[in-house]
Amino acid sequence: MTIVAESIILPQRRSTSGRLSDFFWRHPHVLLAIFLAPPLLWLGIVYLGSLFALLLQSFFSIDDFSGLINYEFTLATYRQLLSESNLDIIIRTVSMAALVTLVSALIAFPIAYYAARYARGKWKALFYLAVMLPLWSSYLVKIYAWKLILAKEGILTWFFAKLNLLWLIDAWLSLPVVGGNSLSVSYTGTFIVFVYVWMPFMILPIQAALERVPANLIEASSDLGGTPAQTFRHVLFPLALPGIVAGSIFTFSLTLGDYIIPQIVGSSRLFIGQAVYAQQGTAGNIPLAAAFTVVPIVIMGAYLWMAKRMGAFDAL
Amino acid sequence: MRSEKANSAPLGLKIAAAAGLAFMHLPILLIFLYAFTTEEKSYQFPPPGLTTQWFAVAWNRPDVWAALTLSVKVASIATAVALVLGTLCAAAVSQTRFFGRETISLLVILPIALPGIITGIALRSAFSMAEIPFSFWTIVLGHATFCIVVVYNNAVARFRRISGSLIEASMDLGADGFQTFRYVILPNIGTALLAGGMLAFALSFDEVIVTTFTAGQQSTLPIWMLEELIRPRQRPVTNVVAMVVVMATFLPILGAYYLTRDGDQIAGAGK
Repeated sequence: MTIVAESIILPQRRSTSGRLSDFFWRHPHVLLAIFLAPPLLWLGIVYLGSLFALLLQSFFSIDDFSGLINYEFTLATYRQLLSESNLDIIIRTVSMAALVTLVSALIAFPIAYYAARYARGKWKALFYLAVMLPLWSSYLVKIYAWKLILAKEGILTWFFAKLNLLWLIDAWLSLPVVGGNSLSVSYTGTFIVFVYVWMPFMILPIQAALERVPANLIEASSDLGGTPAQTFRHVLFPLALPGIVAGSIFTFSLTLGDYIIPQIVGSSRLFIGQAVYAQQGTAGNIPLAAAFTVVPIVIMGAYLWMAKRMGAFDAL
Repeated sequence: MRSEKANSAPLGLKIAAAAGLAFMHLPILLIFLYAFTTEEKSYQFPPPGLTTQWFAVAWNRPDVWAALTLSVKVASIATAVALVLGTLCAAAVSQTRFFGRETISLLVILPIALPGIITGIALRSAFSMAEIPFSFWTIVLGHATFCIVVVYNNAVARFRRISGSLIEASMDLGADGFQTFRYVILPNIGTALLAGGMLAFALSFDEVIVTTFTAGQQSTLPIWMLEELIRPRQRPVTNVVAMVVVMATFLPILGAYYLTRDGDQIAGAGK
């Protein structure tokens, strides 16, 4: 009996690496711990650690006379955050993010739909690259390109002048909120650049959601007498919605925290990102800057929670 | 069976998709044109003349080279760190089931799901609290943190497709764990890691928001560009650098695409 058992079980390995590998095989949890420890320590200490340290600071306040941080628990900084001018910044940023998300979805949907349903083989690969290249190309270069386009002597003015439509730009710029001295210092300019830079992030999630819609579902809808508009409204759109929500996580979050685009193309009125930057830099008011960052964290937290309930993460 | 009619898109859809793609690509093409303009002081269109002299001028600028070298160094080290950490994390999450698995995926994604300015200012205030002076390593620390997710995503997707029986077969044939890793797992995940590494490199090479908070006095190439955007000194040089940056980021993206595309077809991306 014992002789048989011994011949079935392999002899123990002699080499160090062999013994080590046998040990891991018998204790998989040790191996798991070794795998997980480095990334968890890195993310836990470097990322979560500094994030909590930042959030903690929002409960401190700044001494008005000395300009030093007063390390006592207080909600004074949050009271300051809710003052009228700061609320203005928050409302301005959130409505800009919402508008950018909406328009991005409108532009992205036809591209995603075409890629998902009509592009095949070589064209599909080409479409994928045509989306990926602008998405990954340099953020600053994209902003720079729009500085070239929107400049007074730039291509847009030239194009409208050729069509004798310059009055159209002037009329638009004379409008109260969206206008300004020129396109590159108006909300309109900021908005266009935001849409341009973040819209590509919307396409792939929508495409992923649309790929999962079987073609015969659309055919069934039209067989049953649905017009294209009805098919879109009652079949396609509800099925694409998780993808749109997944894409909007990116466009919304990225617009919410951006401080470079409104600084380069935009009016002098601040967005949340610029307020954070100014508070921690020139003003030296870290507590208020920290309190400002809580706003996008809370908004994105609520947003992610809602997106999860809608099943948006399956579309990522 | 799909009928012939279903294969041709309605005209409206074609126009909307084409217009959308044109909107995405034309501004980038414009960068290429401006790199050759003779106009120095403004962004005049159409350019009054074309020249290649700015390439020589940009080539001889030491500040451009310094920024480029720093960017490449930071991106290389951040990518190496992200490769190790991202692969370990992906291996643990995809090969075993344990409590808190979902939380780990969330933790890895968080640095890019939250706006970059939050990561940036959090790191900056942590550095100042811990009294760590800004240096090359503080930039790397920030970059590696948000590069992990790119490697992780690529590696997880590939690990999911490696059949468990392949690893069992290797063990049955007498290979120990290290040999199985070296001869079975590594060849299977190699291209995914290379693709993830390329994307991480591109991400780090282009990052500006976190970097402005962790760089101190040094400037990476994106920081150099940002300064030129805010206070233009020599516009033609900026034009040339912008064009080179566009071309430099295209290469890793194309490379990553070719390395992973076969796998996507196996996974049945269409259906």
